[in-house]
Amino acid sequence: MTYEENMDLQRKAVKVRMGIIEGTHAAKAGHPGGSLSAADMLTYLYFKELNVDPKDPKNPDRDRFVLSKGHTAPGLYAALALRGFFSWEDLKTLRQIGSHLQGHPNMNLTPGVDMSTGSLGQGVSAAAGMALAAKHMGNECRVYTLLGDGEIEEGQVWEAFMLAANYKLDNFVAIIDKNGLQIDGPTAEVMDSGDIAAKLRAFGFEVEEINGHDFDAIEAAFNKAKETKGKPFGIVMHTVKGLGVSYMENSVDWHGKAPNDAEYETAMNELNAKLAKLEAM
Amino acid sequence: MAEVKKMATRDAYGQALAELGEEHENLVVFEADLAAATKTGVFRKKFPERHFECGIAEGNMMAVAAGASTMGLVPFASSFAMFAAGRAFEQVRNSIGYPHMNVKIGATHGGISVGEDGASHQCCEDFALMRSIPGMVVLCPSDAVEARAAVRAAYEYVGPVYLRFGRLAIPVFHDEGMSFEIGKGETLAEGDDVAIIATGLMVYEALQAAEQLKAGGINARVINMCTIKPLDTELVLKAARECGKIVTAEEHSIIGGLGEAVCAAVAESGIPCKVKRVGVNDEFGHSGPAVPLLKQFGLSAENIAEKAKVLVK
Repeated sequence: MTYEENMDLQRKAVKVRMGIIEGTHAAKAGHPGGSLSAADMLTYLYFKELNVDPKDPKNPDRDRFVLSKGHTAPGLYAALALRGFFSWEDLKTLRQIGSHLQGHPNMNLTPGVDMSTGSLGQGVSAAAGMALAAKHMGNECRVYTLLGDGEIEEGQVWEAFMLAANYKLDNFVAIIDKNGLQIDGPTAEVMDSGDIAAKLRAFGFEVEEINGHDFDAIEAAFNKAKETKGKPFGIVMHTVKGLGVSYMENSVDWHGKAPNDAEYETAMNELNAKLAKLEAM
Repeated sequence: MAEVKKMATRDAYGQALAELGEEHENLVVFEADLAAATKTGVFRKKFPERHFECGIAEGNMMAVAAGASTMGLVPFASSFAMFAAGRAFEQVRNSIGYPHMNVKIGATHGGISVGEDGASHQCCEDFALMRSIPGMVVLCPSDAVEARAAVRAAYEYVGPVYLRFGRLAIPVFHDEGMSFEIGKGETLAEGDDVAIIATGLMVYEALQAAEQLKAGGINARVINMCTIKPLDTELVLKAARECGKIVTAEEHSIIGGLGEAVCAAVAESGIPCKVKRVGVNDEFGHSGPAVPLLKQFGLSAENIAEKAKVLVK
């Protein structure tokens, strides 16, 4: 991509991060940490990778995205709002009674959400089912799913991976957000998943390991995914949980906690400063 | 009297899938390594490209079927009731029930009549589990003819449906071409002394019980309640009003199944009516040939008739 495109994505990613803070602050609940670690990937998906149209969110030929780590819905909602699926103001209704923005994604309420998720390990299976159905039906769409590195402790994830390889789902991309933290502490201490890329390869995937905050690396990985035939594709992206808000970075405390008013001010000041800097570049 | 034709509802399931597969290209089957037993193998033989083996991973299969349904396919996901409703409960709840997916769960080997495999495979909790999921339709056909009709109705219905079939060959008493509607019970015998409301293989037992009762001067109404949910409350309350006594009969735990659904409907109506439940009395099954097992667990015409007599006395 060009330097300008990269800069544009960086600016959009800051806005997505602002949306995450807006939503969780207004809700006084939610999961900012894992939303922020995935913010760059979500930005890339919705502004560069996915063939989707906010004006026609149910188009049968669209690409599908399943947020298997459904608790990071604030990140997905911010990306969808920025892409125009619904109003930015809606983000402030997150988790409120009557809002279409549920604590975890609901495909029947929120435009642009392709699968209801939240119970870890299930979204990846649904995504594999979409990819399998797409191949069966001759639909050339691609199916992407984003998992947490804690989520892969669920055995069902590996059942889904086995199925994806068994059916040679080369229209299926599983992205694992390796931010290294889960609720009870570092994943390496809670349940060490070891070499995730090697495990995926052993399960029949073609795999790229990248820096999940580098848009050029993300682009290269997705390009390789499209060139890969006869195998599903895995992306293990190394990320920083809470990235973009200094006091949330690499902090397990911010897995599922909302910023209070003072913390909200600090976070928005930091993000606004970052945006101003990027806009000046 | 000529020998009654017998057939397992699981065989009817396989046949029905193969028949419907001819008519509907979007009908697909997901299977978890039990195609020979669930009879989806009959469909596979005819439409191998529409039969997706998922291996021994029922939870994954349910969510895969959910994803496939969002693309416009109509999946029938099959396994034994124990694994479809039991092991995969949470996947069915969250990935099929909550988004109200157009997925049909074809669960075979329900109840005690699984027989020799024993308690680990004798699922007597599936009605309770599936009933508790909002929007889930729960069907339990009483013979092969009704099973075929139920599979067709499930395909035509848009939304999640749980179908329970049995392993044991049981009498076929419905006429071919019977009319079937989800949510409607079927009155098989008229009578006002007591009503027997039964489902699955207990319907034929209920008919036998009614014969036995008639010999003793008791006129029993027999209602086949294939749809456990949504319950045909109107028909239940009509029976409560006109008979004042109801015996329910199901090859399921007395906890959470048809019996409790009928009790709840009757109790809330305020209609004075006594109810007795025939079912598995909060215990696990065990190995043995199906027919004597059913008798041992009280899942018999004799036990239904006995309960009815106690009520009428």
